[in-house]
This record gives sequence, structure tokens and C-alpha cells, in this order.
Amino acid sequence: MTDAILLEGLRFAYPPLAPDAPAPWIIDGLDLRVRAGEWLAVMGASDAGKTTLCLLMAGLAPHLTGGQMEGRIVVAGRDTRDHTPQILAGAVGLLFQEAEAQLFNPTVEAEVAWGLENLGLPVAEIRARAEEMLALFRLEQVRQRAPAELSGGEQKRVALASVLAMRPQVLILDEPMGGLDPAGRSEVLAALSDLRQDGSTTIVMTESDPEAVAAFADRLLVLDEGQVAMEGSPRDLFYQTERLAGLGVAIPQMVRLADLLNRRLGTAFCFLNVGQAGEALAVHLG
Amino acid sequence: MWVKRAKHWRCTLADAILQAVDLWFWYGEGTPVVRGVNLTIGRGEFVVLVGANGSGKTTLIKHFNGLLRPRRGQVRVAGQDTAGRSMGELARQVGYLFQRPEQQIFSPTVQQELAFGPRNLGLPPAEIKARVEAALTRFRLTAVAGQPPAILSYGLRRRVTLASLAAMDPPVLVLDEPTVGLDARGLEETFGWLAGLHIQGRTIVLVTHDMTLAAAHAGRVVVLGQGQVISDGPPAQVFRQNDLLARAALTMPPVTALAQALRSHGMSGDSLTVEAFCDEYIALTEITEIPGRGPARGMERGHEPAL
Repeated sequence: MTDAILLEGLRFAYPPLAPDAPAPWIIDGLDLRVRAGEWLAVMGASDAGKTTLCLLMAGLAPHLTGGQMEGRIVVAGRDTRDHTPQILAGAVGLLFQEAEAQLFNPTVEAEVAWGLENLGLPVAEIRARAEEMLALFRLEQVRQRAPAELSGGEQKRVALASVLAMRPQVLILDEPMGGLDPAGRSEVLAALSDLRQDGSTTIVMTESDPEAVAAFADRLLVLDEGQVAMEGSPRDLFYQTERLAGLGVAIPQMVRLADLLNRRLGTAFCFLNVGQAGEALAVHLG
Repeated sequence: MWVKRAKHWRCTLADAILQAVDLWFWYGEGTPVVRGVNLTIGRGEFVVLVGANGSGKTTLIKHFNGLLRPRRGQVRVAGQDTAGRSMGELARQVGYLFQRPEQQIFSPTVQQELAFGPRNLGLPPAEIKARVEAALTRFRLTAVAGQPPAILSYGLRRRVTLASLAAMDPPVLVLDEPTVGLDARGLEETFGWLAGLHIQGRTIVLVTHDMTLAAAHAGRVVVLGQGQVISDGPPAQVFRQNDLLARAALTMPPVTALAQALRSHGMSGDSLTVEAFCDEYIALTEITEIPGRGPARGMERGHEPAL
């Protein structure tokens, strides 16, 4: 399997606020390989560098932000130092954390078609892909409305539909579930799962909801002050509860339950979701 | 001296602090998004408002501090109609946290942002300073006090908005999805802060999509669907109704779903928190509890990692 993303000795600092102000490394020595088709979740405290990492992978940092970068990033075979974000956009899709604040087209359908038009696709293709996305994200009812008038969750779905319409090889999602209702979360996660069926789409997702990470991610990376603090399968990492608490990372409710039962009963329960918990716990009930 | 209110304490009319009476609202010439809501929130209640995206939650709560005005019906704060009262006047009673930090941050530094509200309240400079310092400390913002909020991470900007609200210290707090973008520690701090305010008798109205938090903290859960109140009661009652939850695009907390799945094995199916589930499970299971490791009472918080 080839790497969809490769980070080598990556360091990055934003430009200082004043000429003599400090410019700390926000990303401070990252090495990482993400396999093609892998779903990687990135968690960490509020200022761990998650959003900056997303901007770097999409080439927006340092191209648009300025600042200083060391090491290199190769995404979908392209070195971000040698490719502008515009060129990378054909292969790398980025969903901003505040994506809903950045919708600017007069209607939902124009917003979803916008990126496709910029790719210079034929009109029939644009229409077909836009329709597919409007259906997938339950946006047909609001297609003629202005994105600004929609609820926060609806806006998030419009933003996601716009990014996914471009069918990027590498999808970078910064807190994609923030502000979505539970049904909306399920839809987004199901749509992402579908995308991955043929193994061609790689997903990097920063996420503060541990339930989504436990259910879908192949691998979990925990960042702390711009460095990798922990890395492994969600199952292995979520059970390191004390370490995660120190790193500001939430754990799934079923892990909290197993942890509490284990401490009170001396058991060794180890489950991640309700289904597994039900089976394990039923054995010891009448 | 403040007395902690009973969890399911219901208000009498005299105690009503927020009231929507047959409230209707629509944007421009559009279809109504709030359709005849009648809701009374009592002084000292901790109400969590849930519902699908687009169900009218944000539109409803924006009426409580005058950000929106009824198209039909009435909104009362502390018994008085909000019609004709300015947002500035209402802000003395009702503090509002926007869904997105950038909707409310506009000062050049974090410190000035925090001082803005208290200054508008006309507080003496020493009091403003004390409140700003306390809020900076509580939300771990001291190190960035002199920085422009715009360059901070989303989670930090969220903490700036929470700290601004804390510095205002209003009798009523209305928060629109305060937990989005917060990390585990930020969540714990925020709910610790809110729990403290609740004990002191403040009224809290919070919109969230996090059912685990709603189940753990709410004294009362109000469910909105298509602009109307479709359920209103203690969390145990609301989260028991599967068809209601499906209709409102909601799910129950994982631990409640688990408790219900184990009903055929004797569990009541009512657990709303991990702690409650454990107590019930341990009473039923054949496994013997290790002495001295009994319930550490109290602080169930939705996402707080067990220590």
C-alpha cells in the first residue's frame, strides 16, 4: 500500500504578531505516514495543533498563512512546498472547522456546485455530482435557500457536501461533527463510510467526540503541543484513561463504564460500544 | 444563603424567570421556524434544550435576550414583556453565549473582550478588574490575556466567550452549544462552573446535541421539533421514549441504550449515567464487589474521563 500522506520532520510556526514577538513551533517535529484508504482520527487538547496540522496537509499553511515550515509533507503524491493550494485542491479536500461560516453562494445548490465549476468539469457532470450530494445530505428541501439562513447543522452538511462533491483522494476534516444533531452525525459518518468502501479515499479527521472515533477510525493519533503523544488503535488507546485525561482527550462512555466496573469489581471488561458491552455484561446477570 | 434546588423542582408562576407565550417567529417572509411555543422556565432551573438541526432551538433562545423579537406572541423576562426593552437592558438579566465564537468576539485583546460586558454594566473599575482576573484564571486564559482573540484556536476562542459570560455574571445564562470545540478538560471546567452557578441559584438554559451531557446535568429536558415543544420533563422521562427520540432526530446516551438492552436480564433500563448504571449492575450481578471501592458519589459528567 502506498502512503496517501507522508510527514517528515515537520515543524511549523505562524508568523510572529510583531517583529520581536516569539513565534513558537505549533507543530514541533511530526513524522507520520497515512496509508491510502486509512481513516485516521486526530485528538488532543484545544491548543495541541490539530487545526494547524489540517491546514498544513491541505497546503494552506504556509502558502496562505505565511510562517515558517521545516521538513516536508507529501499528500496524494504531491509535495506541498511545490504545489499551490489551488492545485492540491484537485486531490485534497479540506473541511474547515468553521466551514459553515464560510459559505458565500446565494443558494445551497450553487454552493455545492461551486468547487466543481472551479475544477472545470462539464456541466452535466457538475449537475450529476451536485444532485448526488444534495440527496446524500438531505439538502433537497433547502436547495434554493441561502446558506446563511439555514441552521448551523444544515450549514455543516452543505459545507461537507461541497467538499465531498469534488471527490478528493484525501479528505481532511476538522471537527466535522461539531454542531450536528445525532441523526446528522450518523448521516455524515455513514456517507464517509460509503466513500471508503472502494478503499480509494483516505480520511484524516480531527474529532472531539470519542464515540465517533471509536466506531469508525482505524487509527488514533493524540497530539500534545505539536507532537505525537500517543498513537495506535482506538481500542488500545482509549483504555489508557489516565493518560488521555492528562492530554485533554475525552473517552467513549462505554470505556468509562468498563473502567468504573473494573475498579469496583476487579473485572477486566474491555468494550468500546453498546453492543460489545451488552454481550459482556449479560453473562454475569441472571 | 443559597440552597441547592431539588433536581426536578418545578416553578410556580411567581418564580418564572423566562416565559414564551404562544411565541411565533419567521425570518423575512419565510415559513415559521418557531410555531406557537409556550414555555415557562423557573428561577434556578437547569434546562437543557435539545432537538434536530433546524428545529428552532437557536431561534427560540435568541428571544430571551432580545436578539430576536416575536412576530406573534410574547416573551417575558422576570415577568416583564421584552417588547420595548433594549438588548442592553435585557443583558443585565440574561447573558447569552452564541453558537459560534466569532459571532460575539470583537475586542482587540482577550482581556478587553472580558472587560467589555462588565464595563457596560457600569461596574466600578476595581470590580471589573477582579471579575476579569477571576474569569481569566478559571478558563486558563491568563497566558493569552494580551493576545488578539482572532489568532487563538477554536477551543480557546470558545473559552474566551465562556469567560466573558462568567465576567458578566448574569442571573440567567442562555448558552447555545457551549461544548462544541471544547476538549475534555474544557468540558469538565465548563460544567463544573455551570454546576456551581446552579447551586448558587442562577438559571441555566443550554442547547446541546450531546445527549450524554443532557442526561447527566439537566434537571429538565425540553425537546423541540419543527418549531414546537414536543416533550418536556425530567431526563429519565424524556430519554425513555424511543419513538419521540427518533422523531426528534435524537439518540439516547450509550449507557441508557445499554441499560435498556439489558432489561431482559433484570436491569430497569433507566440509567442516565455511568455511575447509576454501575450501582444497579453491581446490585444485580453475581460478581462480588471489592470492599471499599463503592460509589464515588456525585460528579457524573458526560465526557469526563474516569480517573
